[in-house]
Amino acid sequence: MATDDTLLDVRGLTKVFGDRTAVDQVTFELPRGRSLAIVGESGSGKSTLAKMIVGLEAPTSGTIWACGADRSAPATGSRERRVRGRQVQIVFQDPYSSLDRRQTGAQALDEVLRLHHDYGADYRRTRIAELARLVGLDDRQMSVRPKALSGGQRQRIAIARALAAEPRIIILDESVAALDVSIQAQVLNVLMDIRDATGVAYVLISHDLAVVRQISDDIVVMQDGRIVERGTTEQVLDDPQEAYTQLLRASVPEPGWTPSRRQKRSTT
Amino acid sequence: MWWVRFFALRLVRLVLTLLVASFIIFCALELAPGSPLAALSGGRTLSPEAVAALTARYNLDDPFIVRYVTWLGGVFQGDLGVSIGKRQDVSEIILGRALTSVTLVLMASIIIIVIGITLGIASGLRDRSSNLVTLAATAVMAAIPAFVGATLLLMVFSATLGWFPALGTGDGSFTDLVWHLILPAVALSIASIAVVARVTRAAIREELGTEHVQTAVSRGIPYPAIVRRHVVRNAGISIVTVSGLTIASLIAVAAVVETAFATNGLGSYLVQAAASKDIAMVQGISLVFVTVFVLMNVAIDVIAALLDPRTRAAGAVA
Amino acid sequence: MTTTMPAPAEAAPAVEPMARSSRSWLRRLGPLGIACAVILGIAVVLAIIGPYLPGLDPESTDLPNAWVGPFQLPGSPLGFDAQGRDLLSRLIFGARTAIVGPLIVLIIAMSLGVTIGMIAAWRRGWLDSFLNFGLDILFGFPGILLAIVAAAVFGGGLWAAAIALSVAYLPFIARVVRNAAAKEGAMEYVAALRVQGVSAWRISVRHILPNISPIIVAQGTILFGYALVDLVAISFLGLGVQPPAADWGVMVNENLIGVLQGYPLPALAAGLVIVTVVVAVNVLGERLLDISEGRR
Ligand SMILES: Nc1ncnc2c1ncn2[C@@H]1O[C@H](COP(=O)(O)OP(=O)(O)O)[C@@H](O)[C@H]1O
Ligand SMILES: [Mg+2]
Repeated sequence: MATDDTLLDVRGLTKVFGDRTAVDQVTFELPRGRSLAIVGESGSGKSTLAKMIVGLEAPTSGTIWACGADRSAPATGSRERRVRGRQVQIVFQDPYSSLDRRQTGAQALDEVLRLHHDYGADYRRTRIAELARLVGLDDRQMSVRPKALSGGQRQRIAIARALAAEPRIIILDESVAALDVSIQAQVLNVLMDIRDATGVAYVLISHDLAVVRQISDDIVVMQDGRIVERGTTEQVLDDPQEAYTQLLRASVPEPGWTPSRRQKRSTT
Repeated sequence: MWWVRFFALRLVRLVLTLLVASFIIFCALELAPGSPLAALSGGRTLSPEAVAALTARYNLDDPFIVRYVTWLGGVFQGDLGVSIGKRQDVSEIILGRALTSVTLVLMASIIIIVIGITLGIASGLRDRSSNLVTLAATAVMAAIPAFVGATLLLMVFSATLGWFPALGTGDGSFTDLVWHLILPAVALSIASIAVVARVTRAAIREELGTEHVQTAVSRGIPYPAIVRRHVVRNAGISIVTVSGLTIASLIAVAAVVETAFATNGLGSYLVQAAASKDIAMVQGISLVFVTVFVLMNVAIDVIAALLDPRTRAAGAVA
Repeated sequence: MTTTMPAPAEAAPAVEPMARSSRSWLRRLGPLGIACAVILGIAVVLAIIGPYLPGLDPESTDLPNAWVGPFQLPGSPLGFDAQGRDLLSRLIFGARTAIVGPLIVLIIAMSLGVTIGMIAAWRRGWLDSFLNFGLDILFGFPGILLAIVAAAVFGGGLWAAAIALSVAYLPFIARVVRNAAAKEGAMEYVAALRVQGVSAWRISVRHILPNISPIIVAQGTILFGYALVDLVAISFLGLGVQPPAADWGVMVNENLIGVLQGYPLPALAAGLVIVTVVVAVNVLGERLLDISEGRR
């Protein structure tokens, strides 16, 4: 069972869609203070796994413990979902649908702050400014509609919105995959600064090993819904045991951070 | 086999839809203010014998559900009740007038399909300038209610030019019937022509813009061949669907046109029956209309599914 | 590593003005769209103030004046109808039922249709199937037919017809809203708000509904046009607005005989007014739909 040092504990998690097993007996732990990467090609079940952890999909079987509480079944009421929202947050991939197009960044953060905390209007304003600074956005960028922002700026607001709940864990489901490489680098830097500042743990979902190497301590490799290899980032990336992992690694030109144009991804 | 499943599902839904629709129509009698007896008699005072006859005929002493089942059983045997106003079986009256309405709707359908689709294809293949004219013309046509169209046609072709008879259905011969139904059929089709033409045009435009048509053009395949082989065939599904739905909706609008031209079809009689609160008559004709309407909708669905290669690929349609 | 970031490299578009200005709406409507809005506006204004305008008298009959043409008698620029009533007065008074009737349909069909559509979009599964089946059955009843049956059961009148049409149009609105809401609900921000713990109600009302409102407004406008056509048709049949009230459909009916007797103007004028307003509503509705779907 989960110990105090385990933030997230997933056991035997399985999800079946019709006759397709999207996630198959997945087990892993996220210890306090470390970040975990889940890698695997498109369709290997990473997003489904993430959605089960945050309660957007109900597992077919298996258990999920987060911050010492069982969350194997999706929350039933809004109150329970709010409690869980203060434990685990998620940032998705598509910058163009990650924000309500009628809300400014400040409004989006304000909505979440009011939901979770009993702050007065003044303090909320201060918090919004803090969060904005944390993700590197200025007042002007926070007070326009998403239409006026670039993809990277939108993803930073989405990250700030997740942070506003003050979660212990943030799942990043391909959150930087749709961004240009230089913007990607900036957002990754922001993420690492945030980790230093808040102590939040990341579950980084990616098929980009360069990104993974920069952020995560441990890796699990998924193929067809199953975990095929696991270990520390260095172990797995520098000395992959499985042919599949070697194949994944081979599709990245060089190890380490290489700002190069990447091909279009089609992950959802 | 995908189509077995498809037809089975469609059939189940069809039967359920008709059952519920018949129930709703049956309820009309119950909903009517006052007793069912009063509704059936249309507010007339009846002799005790007539009351007894009606009570027996409609089993008015039975509970509601029993009455519905009995009524439905009767409907299956062609017994739609008796019209108080006409003192005649509803099914007899319907049969007597059906020919006029069927002919009217068929004539209108032919006009709509021929003119609407031709207009649509022609303007879809043309350049922009003629499109503006088509768009303006169809926008106005689509806004002409059938009875306003009837007014215009009567003024121009009957009152002024004297080409066509104004009212009625003629001397009883079928040719005279058709002759009398030309203006009503045109009035019935005006708005629908516009709808069909617009959808056809849009479907053709969209199809012309697709990749495989562009590829065919760049390969130098003759334009008419492309149009025939790719464009019209692929646009066919939406054209069939919209033409079908539009024509199905004429069943009800025919009532308006028949009234305007004093044509004694089913629709005009439905209106008279409604005005005189002859509920049994209204129920009978509505049931016929709804059945035909629902059957046509199903037919359109099936035809569209048969035309669509994706349906076959998908293997199942709910 | 520092927390301050370099200016983003990608070009961000200029700051959008806080409130979407009404001018940009006008520009997107275009001259034709504006013209249509003006025509509809005139009809609405006449529906409100028409009956209070001085010098109008739609109801007093004066049989010797029957079929008297335009400008033949002082104060009657359009002449008189079959029963010697002033045509212009009747046309202006007729605006009221022509606008109010479709408005009733709109309010009922919209409020129910939007609710049902939103629920169906959220609650997939059996509820969605059930609603779909219910809507399928309603599809089986053409609006005019339902209105005729309603008139038979409850007696003629604007209300019975309007309620019947609302029921008949409900499926269209519910489907449109359901599909739009399902599409909006599939956006990642909705999932993010769910994970935050925002209630389904709040997400629906504060996020999804405002975002799909342009589509709802556009469909509502188009629905208004359909309702207008159906309602005047039902009044023409004698099952809607009852004579002697001035209603455009009733007026065509009352004066149809004049078309055959060489006095087509009264029936034609009423018909022309109907067509004009309906064209305006339809074109405006299509414009709004184009705008809401980002085609303009
Ligand atoms: N709602 C769903 N219904 C049916 N199949 C699904 C659904 N969501 C995902 N899948 C299937 O599950 C598999 C894993 O998908 P996903 O978790 O999105 O993979 P990844 O995020 O690794 O690309 C895919 O084959 C996908 O088609
Ligand atoms: Mg994914």
